[in-house]
Amino acid sequence: MKSKFIPLILILIFIITFVIFFKGLKNPNIYTPNTNLEKEVPSFKLKSFENGSIIISEKIFKNNDYHLMNIWASWCIPCKAEHEFLMKLKNNEKIKLIGLNYKDNFKNASSFLNDLGNPYDLIVSDKDGTASIEWGAYGVPESFLIYQSKIIKRFIGPINNEDLLEIQKLIR
Amino acid sequence: MKFINIFLIVINILNFNLLMAGEIKSENEIAKNLRCLICQGQSVHDSDSEFAISLKLVIKDKIQQGMSEEEIYSFLKMKYGEWILYDPVFNQNTYFLWLLPILIFLVGGAIIIKRFYYKK
Repeated sequence: MKSKFIPLILILIFIITFVIFFKGLKNPNIYTPNTNLEKEVPSFKLKSFENGSIIISEKIFKNNDYHLMNIWASWCIPCKAEHEFLMKLKNNEKIKLIGLNYKDNFKNASSFLNDLGNPYDLIVSDKDGTASIEWGAYGVPESFLIYQSKIIKRFIGPINNEDLLEIQKLIR
Repeated sequence: MKFINIFLIVINILNFNLLMAGEIKSENEIAKNLRCLICQGQSVHDSDSEFAISLKLVIKDKIQQGMSEEEIYSFLKMKYGEWILYDPVFNQNTYFLWLLPILIFLVGGAIIIKRFYYKK
């Protein structure tokens, strides 16, 4: 009776381990944040990119406009790819674009905007990246669609044509 | 008199040093318990990515603002979710993880005791 019992347990343990590991294999272990959260906008107090005057976030997001807050940097290659879509959004009057210049220097950033055009209504600079942490961002580029001081949708990585259509649909 | 003055200055400087050391230590301690989200298998403390550098700065700021270790963890948990913490919280998703070792220990102990008394 004993000799039958032990192999049975061994097989059972083996099967359980196999199932656990097999399931774990399919789980992505890359951080994937929730993109559909309705969250209050974190407040920030940052220097304006152009003239260094201090800008308080409550004043920007208070009114009933849609805002797209876009985290960008001149050294970030995917930001170049999304730039044409931001330029298209600029023509839309219902939405205001706010750029958050992430860990960049003024010279490179302004030549980036001169070459490719400036889609932003307002740019603030985040020299040490601490404001981005408050927003829960973890890289560039990243965009937040904001309405009435709430984040409606979050776009991780460069904005593509699909995202652009989605934004246009949401703000209509 | 002069000697006492110098002595006091030296003592003061040494005290500042201690204060700084304490701050840096707890800052590193917190960073070690945080997962760097964009670099796999590294803590924030180990990583030199842009994200980790900024996060370390934020932790430093929060300590200077007088936030406790727990408050910083819950702040980051709110921003990035539970995944950023290395120490998983005890909840519905994780109680299997926490209780399994205890369960195995108890079962193993039961088997050992049973065998021991059998032989006797």
